[in-house]
Parts: sequence; structure tokens; C-alpha cells
Amino acid sequence: MLQKNRPDPFPVETPSLVALRGVDKVYSNGVVALKGLDLAVREGELLSLLGPSGCGKSTVLRLIAGLGDLSSGTIEWSNRRGDIGFVFQDPTLMPWATVFGNIYLPLRVRGVPKREAAARIERAMEQVGLAGFGGAYPRELSGGMRMRVSIARSLVAEPKILLMDEPFAALDEITRFKLNDDLLALWASQRWTVVFVTHSVFESVYLSTRILVMSARPGRVAAEVPIAVPAPRDPSFRTSHAYAEHCRIVSAKLAQAMQA
Amino acid sequence: MSRVLPPLLMLIIGLAAWEIAVRTAHLPVYILPGPLVIAQTLVRDWSTLFPSLVVTLLVTLGALAAATLLGVAIALLFAQSKWIELSLFPYAVILQVTPIVAIAPLIIIWVKDTATALLICAWIVSFFPILSNTTLGLNSTDHNLLNLLQLYGASRRQVFWYLRLPSALPFFLGGLRISGGLALIGAVVAEFVAGSGGIQSGLAYRILESGYQLNIPRMFAALFMITGTGILIFVILTLVSHLALSRWHESAAKREG
Repeated sequence: MLQKNRPDPFPVETPSLVALRGVDKVYSNGVVALKGLDLAVREGELLSLLGPSGCGKSTVLRLIAGLGDLSSGTIEWSNRRGDIGFVFQDPTLMPWATVFGNIYLPLRVRGVPKREAAARIERAMEQVGLAGFGGAYPRELSGGMRMRVSIARSLVAEPKILLMDEPFAALDEITRFKLNDDLLALWASQRWTVVFVTHSVFESVYLSTRILVMSARPGRVAAEVPIAVPAPRDPSFRTSHAYAEHCRIVSAKLAQAMQA
Repeated sequence: MSRVLPPLLMLIIGLAAWEIAVRTAHLPVYILPGPLVIAQTLVRDWSTLFPSLVVTLLVTLGALAAATLLGVAIALLFAQSKWIELSLFPYAVILQVTPIVAIAPLIIIWVKDTATALLICAWIVSFFPILSNTTLGLNSTDHNLLNLLQLYGASRRQVFWYLRLPSALPFFLGGLRISGGLALIGAVVAEFVAGSGGIQSGLAYRILESGYQLNIPRMFAALFMITGTGILIFVILTLVSHLALSRWHESAAKREG
């Protein structure tokens, strides 16, 4: 098991963008969500946090985002904390605003005039396959489309790091596979850093460059599995031998973590 | 059209049945006048009834405007801090649960100007739905959206304008619809208690007056005017609410099979 105050437990080849060291998080109701968590997010990677529910993976995302306080430990950013994009499990759209208005929100907060923002919003909508839907209201869209709006909203602010909290968990498999591929394409073209929380072994193997398996009560990192399959990953990867092999390894690590 | 036709048809059938019943039973007009007699009275007494309607309507609209302004203002104050809400909300409840007929005489004694006294009474009756609904609305903002705005570094002011106010709008409009009817009821009740005559008298006074004179058709005519006004206020406020919410809120959006 990992100990507190140890140096980065996993050797770092690329500089880390943000590192959590010895992080504890105890909620006011006494629940210990995280205990002695060490974790580094490297620049440009697509890191998945995989674990059973209650292992504190969402808490890690919230802490990185600066929502909520640490009970102890530190969060270090390589330089100043950059802009953060956050995608929740729920699309979290404003029902009274159009698709355009929803995507405009982060820029509006920054005081960017609508006319200046329009081109960037159009581009973000194109990137996620929403071109022409600017005037639609969220209630007129399907679940997958709403999630696309949510992703476009986090894109438009051009974040350095994108935090995704089980974004596709509530979608049907066909939509989820499509959005997985779209996310990979976006990640490849934008060179973001993505931290992706999921409880699906198959999704994490398909998407990630690296998986951290977490165990629950208290939440901590139990294992690290790099997925050294180079891009481009396309639907044929889902049926490949390498995919099956990685899924087997990750599943075993997850089972181990859940027994520990 | 399909929404207007059934109730309209029902109204015509009801009025016809009423007219026939009154005629076949040979009921005298001082017991129950038929709708035709009431309509004739409405036309004949229009010159006295209409100014009274204007008086009642002014009190109603004035009270509704005050209820909207103060209800929203106090709700905004409550939204600033849980402490303010906790310490003041019970008093709003007290004002709401105390029957207006019981405090109207006091208000009429304290406030010299009758019109102002009536306005205050109607306001007391009508402001609570707006206050409680708007307060609820301001507190019902999606927590994840709040988190998101915090992440973007939004100021309190931006959170309020971009998020809390629009989230509260459907709740406020629901409250406004209830308050519209209550303002009219408050105005009429207060007029009854005040019972003042003269030129400045509203429809409630016309009803009282007609009662003393056993002029039952005119009593019904005034009653119809009050009901008609209430329905009109409700229809207008429903329309406003529909126009404001039709594109995005489940309550107003058209459901497709």
C-alpha cells in the first residue's frame, strides 16, 4: 500500500501538471473520503481514475478543481493554476438558455462580449458535432446531445486541464461509444490534459493513456496501469487482443483493490 | 380553440338552464334574477358600476404591484443570508395566516386615507405567495451549476444574475398567478369592511348598497364584474407566464406524443 509523504510513487517521464501529495479529505459528517492520497497528473495525458463507488474518485476531481477544502496534504500546480474545464455526470445545463447561451457561460463570466465570443462558440459547437443547434433549448435535445453541449461549454474556455466526472455513465452504449471516440479525437487534436473518472473498466482502457485504480474506505490509489497502445485508437481497438489483455489486467487490479 | 370551446359551451348551457329554471319556477327577481335580467341591469347601471369597477381594479392592481415589488425585494433580502430569512420569515407567515377581515378594521382606523388602507389590506393578502415562491426559487438553484460558476471564478453578482434569478423565475410566476387572484379578494374584503360610500366606492360597496335596497339584479351584476375581473387577471398572468417560459420550462412547453 502507498504511504503518506512518499515521493511520487510512479516514476515521472513527463512533467506533472498537478500533483496531490498526502491528501486527506474528511467530510463534515465524519466520512473519510481520502486518506494519504498521492497522485500526479502529467501534462498531456488522458488519465482515468477507476474504482468502485465511494472510493473518492469524484472527490479527487473536485479537489483538483478547487471545489472544497483539503483536510490535510497539498495540491501543487507546476505553474499557476490554469483554467479548468469540468464536465459533470449530469450535463448541468441552464434550461432557460439556448445551446449557444449555455456554451457562452464561461466566456460571459470572464466578460467577453457576445459578438467576440460568437466565433469561438461556433467553433466549439462544430468540434462536438452541434453545428446548427445554437438556437435549441436543452429540453429539446437528447441526452447525448446535452452531454455534447456540456463538453462544448468546457471547450470554449480553452482549459489547460479537463476534469470529467463519469460524463457518459448515464448514456446508452451506442451514444457512449460515439462520445468516447469523439473525446479521443478532440484530445488528440487539442493536446489537453484530461482526468476522467469512471467505474467502467472497458471505458477506461479504451480511452486512457494511464489508469489509476482506486480502492475505497478510505479512498487511495491502489494500482497504476499504463495503457501503452499508441493513437489512433478506433473502434477496431475494442475487439483487439491488446484491448482484451489490458481489460483483463485492469479488472484483476480492480478486484484486488476491492478486496484490500 | 379546443381549450376555449368546452368551457364556453358549458357556460352557455349553464346560463340557459338558469334562465329556464327561473322562468318556469316564476322566481321573483328579488330572490333570484335570471341571467337576462342581470345583463340588462349591467347595461342600465353601467354608469355607476363601471366607476366602481375602476376603483376596485386600481386597488387590486396597486396591491399586486406592491406585492410583486416588496415580495421580490424581501425574497432577495432572504437570499442574502440564511439568518435574515430565519429571523424574518415567521413574521411573513403570521401576516399570512391572520385573517384579513380580522385586521382590516384596525388598518382602516389607523390609516386615515381609505384608498391607502384598502391598498394595505389587499397587499397583506397577496404578497405572501410571491415572497414564499420567490424565496423557494432563489434557493433551488442547481448545485452543480453553482459549482461550475465558482470554478469559472464568477462574482456573487454574476451568480445572482446568470443563475439564481433565472432559476427563480418559474417559481415567481407561479406565485404571481396566485397573488393576482388574492389581491382582488383582498381588495373586495377590505371594501366590505370599510363599507364607505361616496364616489370613491368600489364594487364591494355596490353589492352592500344593492343588498340594502333589495336590488338583487344589480348585486348579481356587480358580482359578475368581480368574477370577470378575477378571471381576466388570471388569464393575463397565465399568458405572461406562458410567454416567459414556453421555450424552456416543462410547465409551459408543449408535450409531444
